[in-house]
Amino acid sequence: MSSAVEAALSAALTAIAAAKDLEDLKSVKIAHVGDKSDLGKASQSLGKLPPEERAEFGKVVGAAKSEVASVYENRQRELELERDARVLIEERVDVTLPYQGALKGGLHPLTILTNEISDLFIGLGYRVAEGPELESEWLNFDALNIPVDHPARTMQDTFFVEPLSARLVLRTHTSPVQIRTMLENEPPIYVICPGRTYRADELDSTHTPVFSQVEGLVIDRGITMADLKGTLDYFARAMFGPDVKTRLRPSFFPFTEPSAEVDFYFNGRWVEWGGCGMVNPKVLQACGIDTNKFSGFAFGMGLERTLMVKHGITDMHDIVEGDIRFSQAFGIGSR
Amino acid sequence: MKIPLSWIREFADIPPSTTVAQIDEAFVRVGFEVESIEEQGSDLTGPLVVALVQEIEELAGHKKPIRYVGLDCGEGSTRYVICGATNFAVGDLVVTALPGAVLPGNFAISARETYGKTSNGMICSARELGMSDEHSGIIVLPANCAPVGADAIALLEINDLVIDLAVNPDRGYALSLRGLARELAASLGVSFRDPALAVDTKQFAINSFGIGISIDETSAASIAYLRTIEGFKATAPSPLWMRRRIEKCGMRSISLGVDITNYVMLELGQPLHAFDRDKISGSLHIRRAGAEKVFTTLDSQERTLHADDLMVADDKQSLALAGTMGGLSSEVTETTTAIALEGVRFNPVDIAKNSRRHKLSSEASRRLERSVDPLLAEISTARAISLFIELGGARYVGSAVSGAPVLPATITIDPTYISKLLGFEIKPALVREKLEIVGCSISEQSSTVWAVTPPSWRGDLLVGADFVEEVARMIGFDAIPSTLPIGKSGAGLSPSQIRKRNTGLFLANNGFTEVYNYPFVSPELVALLGFEGDRAKSFRLANPMSEEFPLLRTHLLPGLLTTAARNIGRGAKDVAIFEIGSIFRDTAPPEKQDAISTAQKPTPAQLKKIYDGVPAQPLHVGGVITGKINPDGWKNKGRIADWNDAIGYAIRIIEQTGNSWSITSSDFAPWHPGRCAEIQVNGKAVAHAGELHPRACTALGLPARSVAFVVALSALDYQPPLSASTLLTMPAAVQDIAVVVKNNISAFSVEAALREGAGELLESITLFDRYDKLEDGNISLAYSMVFRAPDRTLTADEVSGYREAAAAKAGAQCGATVRS
Repeated sequence: MSSAVEAALSAALTAIAAAKDLEDLKSVKIAHVGDKSDLGKASQSLGKLPPEERAEFGKVVGAAKSEVASVYENRQRELELERDARVLIEERVDVTLPYQGALKGGLHPLTILTNEISDLFIGLGYRVAEGPELESEWLNFDALNIPVDHPARTMQDTFFVEPLSARLVLRTHTSPVQIRTMLENEPPIYVICPGRTYRADELDSTHTPVFSQVEGLVIDRGITMADLKGTLDYFARAMFGPDVKTRLRPSFFPFTEPSAEVDFYFNGRWVEWGGCGMVNPKVLQACGIDTNKFSGFAFGMGLERTLMVKHGITDMHDIVEGDIRFSQAFGIGSR
Repeated sequence: MKIPLSWIREFADIPPSTTVAQIDEAFVRVGFEVESIEEQGSDLTGPLVVALVQEIEELAGHKKPIRYVGLDCGEGSTRYVICGATNFAVGDLVVTALPGAVLPGNFAISARETYGKTSNGMICSARELGMSDEHSGIIVLPANCAPVGADAIALLEINDLVIDLAVNPDRGYALSLRGLARELAASLGVSFRDPALAVDTKQFAINSFGIGISIDETSAASIAYLRTIEGFKATAPSPLWMRRRIEKCGMRSISLGVDITNYVMLELGQPLHAFDRDKISGSLHIRRAGAEKVFTTLDSQERTLHADDLMVADDKQSLALAGTMGGLSSEVTETTTAIALEGVRFNPVDIAKNSRRHKLSSEASRRLERSVDPLLAEISTARAISLFIELGGARYVGSAVSGAPVLPATITIDPTYISKLLGFEIKPALVREKLEIVGCSISEQSSTVWAVTPPSWRGDLLVGADFVEEVARMIGFDAIPSTLPIGKSGAGLSPSQIRKRNTGLFLANNGFTEVYNYPFVSPELVALLGFEGDRAKSFRLANPMSEEFPLLRTHLLPGLLTTAARNIGRGAKDVAIFEIGSIFRDTAPPEKQDAISTAQKPTPAQLKKIYDGVPAQPLHVGGVITGKINPDGWKNKGRIADWNDAIGYAIRIIEQTGNSWSITSSDFAPWHPGRCAEIQVNGKAVAHAGELHPRACTALGLPARSVAFVVALSALDYQPPLSASTLLTMPAAVQDIAVVVKNNISAFSVEAALREGAGELLESITLFDRYDKLEDGNISLAYSMVFRAPDRTLTADEVSGYREAAAAKAGAQCGATVRS
């Protein structure tokens, strides 16, 4: 009886080894592994044996069946791997094909720059202050020690809104945000004021009637012009690289005294960056700040100018016209 | 202001070794921006000689007049040259470049054949020699100014450094050689001689022999001098040195009378005006125009006067628009022999107003509106009279004066304040030295109390901070150290700033490109897009850049649609753009605002009025998509953005602020009346989105069915931090349900009803099919509902119970029937 089992085992193993593909193996399974195979039948005949032979024979049949099952599984795995290798290679695609998905978008570089500057100054303990673009003449001019007869207040330079008696202008700088901050808060004040500003200049390659500024204002005890210089140095290095040189030149603004222009050295020449100075005591007075206790500095830069230098943009039209190719090149500003 | 170094050297001992770069840097250091430095004559080599015109032959038959000129160049024989200018005659002295000379622009002069003659040199214009832009004729030298054959390069002082400086408005004194030479000398640390001190005013005593003057409008001028001369030869030529200096300063030599007043103005900084004495009736008065209506200035322009215009008048009529431009009737002409010369220290504001009202900015008004040294009225008139006598053969008649100079007040300062504000230690002795260099005199009352008297020309030094600037400027801003203060109020970005930033990033990451549009719009576009009511109430600019765009935007779409059209015009096929910006609506006409003092903080009531006078300017985000949101590619044809995309972006933007919303259909310009959604938060419309009105697309040249959205970002509430719910991990049970509703029932209301009816174990509901071709125009909506319990596996019976409850609610609320 056990020799018949042995023969069946040997036949099964031979057939499994001979199977060339999964199809072959399937027919081997029917012939040598299932209930109708010799081993299957042997297993079913166990019940008919006398009890004393049953245990011994059962062990032999069981061992044979489990060997066949194991060999079968191994062979099946082997054949599957062969098939996969062949079929998946046939399914190969050209992974270099371009991605076809949604449109490519981007932030305007002025937004990216504003965010960068905001984050820089937040890191220095500043707040970002904002205010309206259509602004009170008192906040835009009077409080900044710009007298009624100052040339900046003429219609050649400033956009006025009708009726003139409402004394509303499109802000000519973000300085009214400084004034609002001082009127609404007690020192210490550390703010930057980014935003859109307006001056009646024709659009050309370097000017635009609608532009962007960032201004800074610090009011605290013992604030000095050295603090102003250090802050501008820090700002310039963040914008133009760690080796950038800056210089302050004496200048004039009604709202600061002393006043200075800040330049930075770029590509072999001094480039005018913005204006700055120690806040004029008259401005502090108009905002109710005690000039015996507090002093402060302020600075202001044009963002378009900064952008043009930083990125080598030569024509203002590109910045203002909204051609999507321009902003798309900047993406979302990640580097 | 343009100034030649040769003239500066008359007053400041600039070492000969000083380089151009050092002069540039020295001016910049003390606050004068150098616009340009021109090394005149550096690209010119001779021989350039003085020549006498001996004969002129007019060559006929050419398109322009051509002369063949015989010149005595001091060579013993006549030299012939061709010349295209005609402003000279036989006997004139001219400047001739001989063969071998090289003129600016690397223009080599040689003998050449032209117009059938041999031209042996060239008669030169000022421009050809790089002296000025003057090219209306050749240079005609004053008679007998130099021997024939003399070197014209030396004679004309061509080799010079002309420095063009920007002078800040607070430094009126620096619009003169006197002022700028003082600044340069101080910056270089060399000595300076004040030309004002060299003038002897005593020789021209005050008397009653000349024309009188009075300041009738006492607020408009502090001091006025009027000096009278006779026997002046108006046609006498200006000396070459004077002409050259005036030209190097960028002005033109006109006549001796005009040249003298301009020369003294350039030298000292005081504008002067010469009247023809014989045209004056009685004496001169400084007064307002009052009832006078018209005045003819010396440029022959008839000007309409404003009652407040400041005039210089005689007993009968106005003779000059004060400090701005003289009048035609009393102008000094070739026949003038007697002159009344006026020098006045006007109130700068009055001159600024004169200048602005008449759009007349003259060399005189530029100086007077920036404030002139009050001592100069006396000194500069005396200086000019000396020149009239010396150069024009005039005789002194007399002088009149009105008023008195108002000098800057003495101010008490604490010298230690200077170190404190600058942030580094400056010794008192150095502070004193620097203040004295700028002309201050100091009386030390204690180590912290100094009485400082500014010089007469520094009316701008009023408070301690002004002296800080002077000291810092004279030491050099480079000496200020660099320290970095750290803020005490930092709190990161505000919620609105975070919202704005995230909204931009969300759209940019979803294929939109950000644009910044000008907020100026045309009334035509506003009307065409169909804006009405509050959305059409724009502010109008009193002085727009272009009459075409006088309004401030009330909505982001006019700008976005125009920009989208511009991109398409430039060849873009698929455009998705957005803008985040303020809009302006004139819904509550602003009140009249009165002047409020800045001497102290406004009162709360004043401040409220200022703040209330500024209209609210909501922050919106708007987007436009024209063409495909998924562009065509190798895989498929892409997908055109439709109304549903626009609505989806608006909803996503709102959801990201943590606000919950509801949606309804709307008929709202400039959208398609049947394809516009209004999205509400707390019952308030905060966004509109959908397909644009076909009329809007056609008008702007946009592809049909372009879509847009606008969300009022600043109208959305700021929500407290999200409280997260625990994620459930028991198995989910899915139930599909299809309901049939009438076609006027919104999907939003059906879903809301199902959601409500399904109960709290409903985890999500998704519309997966919509069929609108049923009978009677009914619509079938098929949803997949997912249920999940926190604590157990749901049974099939339980879940189908929820499904039936959902169906019942949809039936009650929307008339929905379950589709079998």
